[in-house]
Amino acid sequence: MTQFDFSLIDWSRAQFALTAMYHWIFVPLTLGLGFIVAIMESLYVRTGNPEWKRITKFWMTLFGINFAIGVATGIILEFEFGTNWSNYSWFVGDIFGAPLAIEGILAFFLEATFIAVMFFGWNKVSKKFHLLSTWLVAIGANISALWILVANAWMQLPEGMKFNPATARNEMQNFWDVLLSPMAVSKFLHTITSAYTLSALVVIGIACWFLLKKREYAFVKKSVLIAAVFGLLASIMTAITGDFSAKVIAEHQPMKFASFEGLYEGKTGAPLVAFGILKDAKDTTAPYKKDFAMKIQLPKMLSILANGDANSYVPGIKDLMEGNAEQNILPVDEKIARGKIAIEALAAYKNAQQANDTIAQAKAKEQLDANFKYFGYGYFQQHKNLLVPNIGITFYSFHIMVGLGFYFIAFFILMLLLVYKEKLLKYRWVFYLALVNIPLAYIASQAGWVTAEMGRQPWVIQDLMPTLAAVSRLDTNAVIVTFILFALIFTTLLIAELKIMCKQIKIGPKH
Amino acid sequence: MQKNIFFRIFNFYFTGFKTMASWGKSLWIIILVKLFIMFAILKVFFFPNYLKTNFKTEKERSNHVIEQLTTKP
Repeated sequence: MTQFDFSLIDWSRAQFALTAMYHWIFVPLTLGLGFIVAIMESLYVRTGNPEWKRITKFWMTLFGINFAIGVATGIILEFEFGTNWSNYSWFVGDIFGAPLAIEGILAFFLEATFIAVMFFGWNKVSKKFHLLSTWLVAIGANISALWILVANAWMQLPEGMKFNPATARNEMQNFWDVLLSPMAVSKFLHTITSAYTLSALVVIGIACWFLLKKREYAFVKKSVLIAAVFGLLASIMTAITGDFSAKVIAEHQPMKFASFEGLYEGKTGAPLVAFGILKDAKDTTAPYKKDFAMKIQLPKMLSILANGDANSYVPGIKDLMEGNAEQNILPVDEKIARGKIAIEALAAYKNAQQANDTIAQAKAKEQLDANFKYFGYGYFQQHKNLLVPNIGITFYSFHIMVGLGFYFIAFFILMLLLVYKEKLLKYRWVFYLALVNIPLAYIASQAGWVTAEMGRQPWVIQDLMPTLAAVSRLDTNAVIVTFILFALIFTTLLIAELKIMCKQIKIGPKH
Repeated sequence: MQKNIFFRIFNFYFTGFKTMASWGKSLWIIILVKLFIMFAILKVFFFPNYLKTNFKTEKERSNHVIEQLTTKP
């Protein structure tokens, strides 16, 4: 076995994370604002009230700026797959091909075609056709997100494929298993509803800025009403789909689930840590173990969250590492041994194929198929502790996401009450709160992805391929250079967006 | 009739770009510069496809990946 440079993995991961996080600054606003604008335009077409047209055009301008700056930032992720994660790209090629091709075609035809009608078509096409175009842009953006999220979900729950040892590629056996896996469904619904929540918060925050400047009350009231209703429904759906998502994760990624809560020892009727501060446990036999400096718990809630049963067992990190015969959980040593067998069987298959030894080939294939489920564990014989994700980051990002999610529900209810009771202008502190909610919405959204992606470490493909097997053996310095390059490019884009957007906000809706 | 449709579509885009607001023009400049940086610089000089650049055939690529997968620590 060759010596491996772990700093290469860390820098490659950091580079991918940086690109994905910057990309995700632009995406959620596009997903949600598209629908908010479509709803506003629908009201214009239905009522004929020109004030709705003015409102629609203002938010459409901000949608356009965000869309234009964000467009193609995701393409860099595909570059990185081919350069930095070549083993992974090869391993999954067939699975990703179909969803990404559909994404490309849909994105091009729906978004690229109809967005032109959205912006150039006022007074040139009929009102109804313009409205249809606006809806199609919003729907197109969300369908694009579906395919990307399906691809991501497959990495977290690889189903519907068969590994071909002759080519070292996974081949899709059932498209519907990939598309409709519980992970894909929960991930898509949870992600898009959280994006709608973010968009609603951005609309309310910007609208309240006008109130701080004592401008555009009628515009603000209508915008806040639409955004608050949309946001409240979206945030409630985010909570419901989050619960669904938690159950899927508890079943298929139990280590990630245990990391959400820093749960070291499994429990029946496990409590949920609503708020906690972690500290190192100083246990040399389990360096990944964390204790709590303080915590507030909700009895049995973790069991309910995991299994919908208050008295069910939730495995902890210790169970998953050391095994728990009573709960039918294999120790990682056993999984590592099986993974080693699978890796050796792959090598044996290749050798037998080259030697034209069909009997040895069939035997190796049989061994590989029997142990393929644990293939990725075979890389961890000397690095067993790496099978536990970073508990601190996963725990805090999960709690920030959930805490802010529930706070947003309360905020939307407050805004609706203020609009309903005609007291929107009465409490100035609410305007500031709405403004603060804009960065908080982005923090919650990013924290969600950090939870999902840090929590599944060390896996690129759950149980099958860890980051250390997925990465291309490049010069680490080259990865550092591109990391810095991306940081500069994306920061420039972000500044450009903020500058153009702030200018348009200051101008306000045109009369 | 067909020509007329194409002309109308061309005219739609042409007029749209011609009468575009200044913020729209700024965005298009940003988009074009961004795409140039991504495809003409980053893709070409910093992000060549590792397997396509270093190996000629699919067979060579799969052999390389299998070798990588079976010799990683």
